[in-house]
Amino acid sequence: MATTLATAAADTRAAATHAARIEHVSKRFDGPAGPQLVLDDITLDVAPGEFVTLLGASGCGKSTLLNLVAGLDKPSAGTIATDGRPALMFQEHALFPWLTAGKNIELALKLRGVPKAERRPRAEELLELVRLHGAYGKRVHELSGGMRQRVALARALAQDSQLLLMDEPFAALDAITRDVLHDELTRVWRETNVSVLFVTHNVREAVRLAQRVVLLSSRPGRVAHEWRVDIPHPRRIEDSAVAELSLEITEQLRGEIRRHGQH
Amino acid sequence: MASTETTGVTKTPGDGQDLAGLEAGLDALESQAGPARTPVRQVLVQKVLPPLTAVLLVLVVWQALVSSGIVDDPSKLPAPSAVWDEVREAWLQGTLLDYIWTSVSRGLLGFLLALVIGTPLGLVVARVRFIRAAIGPILSGLQSLPSVAWVPPAVLWLGLENRMMYAVILLGAVPSIANGLVSGVDQVPPLFLRAGRTLGATGLRHTWHIVLPAALPGYLAGLKQGWAFSWRSLMAAEIIASSPELGIGLGQLLENGRNASSMPMIFLAILLILVVGIAIDLLIFSPLERRVLRSRGLLVRS
Repeated sequence: MATTLATAAADTRAAATHAARIEHVSKRFDGPAGPQLVLDDITLDVAPGEFVTLLGASGCGKSTLLNLVAGLDKPSAGTIATDGRPALMFQEHALFPWLTAGKNIELALKLRGVPKAERRPRAEELLELVRLHGAYGKRVHELSGGMRQRVALARALAQDSQLLLMDEPFAALDAITRDVLHDELTRVWRETNVSVLFVTHNVREAVRLAQRVVLLSSRPGRVAHEWRVDIPHPRRIEDSAVAELSLEITEQLRGEIRRHGQH
Repeated sequence: MASTETTGVTKTPGDGQDLAGLEAGLDALESQAGPARTPVRQVLVQKVLPPLTAVLLVLVVWQALVSSGIVDDPSKLPAPSAVWDEVREAWLQGTLLDYIWTSVSRGLLGFLLALVIGTPLGLVVARVRFIRAAIGPILSGLQSLPSVAWVPPAVLWLGLENRMMYAVILLGAVPSIANGLVSGVDQVPPLFLRAGRTLGATGLRHTWHIVLPAALPGYLAGLKQGWAFSWRSLMAAEIIASSPELGIGLGQLLENGRNASSMPMIFLAILLILVVGIAIDLLIFSPLERRVLRSRGLLVRS
């Protein structure tokens, strides 16, 4: 192939083979005791359609990393390449209380430049996808915690991004609702073929959802270990295979945490 | 889709139909039905009756003071009936509504002007750091300056004319409205700002779609206070600066009462000023505020 096209070709190939490519990323913050290294030389790829969970104890900078990938903050060193602007879901639903559930989704569509006539049907479709067809005209405060997170998921999907970033989105929910939303997220992920980078401190949740679990060490955050999860879907959080791998990962995680008590 | 999955390993059915049913059950259990409308009777008993009782009680005590002879000088405290006669007379002469309209039209027009000036001012102060540092403190300082202080310079600058009244109203109300918006913007949860940015809202679109609607409750509180300041400023201006060309508003009525040593007229004027101020708040601002808060689930029913 002609060499003049090499860079352009490489770019498209990168876009095709990676939903996100994080290379040698470090992040420092200016703390009270001078600059503090939060993330240290993180290299991580997310393939198109892949589901990756980032796991770590507090202080591992997993939320910081997600903010960097979302483009809300800039890395101190290294590069992050994503295919378009990623969608981001927070622990709090972050739905706008002055809009109805449907209008929240339509705002995302509008900001993406979707023509007015297409917004309403598309919003209904997305609500249908998260099984909330009746919720279009509902105000945020009229919805339960689980319903809010599903609307938030629909709004994130409205961005039509190749990559969905999730920052402990189910941490504030009760166990029953969380379990149902795990199923729901798995179903939506398989139907839409979106790539997911999911941050959590819950080992079982990580194993339950992901194809790949990445463990970050704390202060500074580094990639400590990685596991492939080959347990077939549908999985349940109480499956013995899930429990077994969770145990192994928990041991490693505890080891990482223990290191901090030693000096 | 889910029904085509081959599920050989799991013992629990993770079937899509099952999940949908489970989810529908959870949704039904967890979402509360909207609050039922309070019956009219209950509203009357809980909201209307107490203030009516209070007013009635004041009238009874007032009448008792006069008829028992504890206060026997009608030039100090006229009987409620004397004030009522004053109201009736003004009504029959057709001047009552004129007094009210003169002041209310001035007050509302002045308030609208203050709104038009205060809103962009507040937005700029809230969003532009340099401008905030430059005039933010002055703006909050102006709020504590009684607007009656502006009447003498306004008369000298603009003469005894309507525009002088408007100037005093603006100086009283603009800082309130701007400050309300500033504190409204300051109280917008950072989460909404981040969410807006991840959805792709930047610059003016961010302000229009995220910041302004999020700041609306604080802004409305500022408007409410702005109206109170407008009305007070106007009354101060009308009392101090009376001139035949200006027509008789409620402030002038009060001043006329003083000049004529007519206590009933003074009471009438005070009563009207109070009633108009409360009425505008009850008819315009409170419903607006309640509507916004209720639609966001921020109104706690007591």
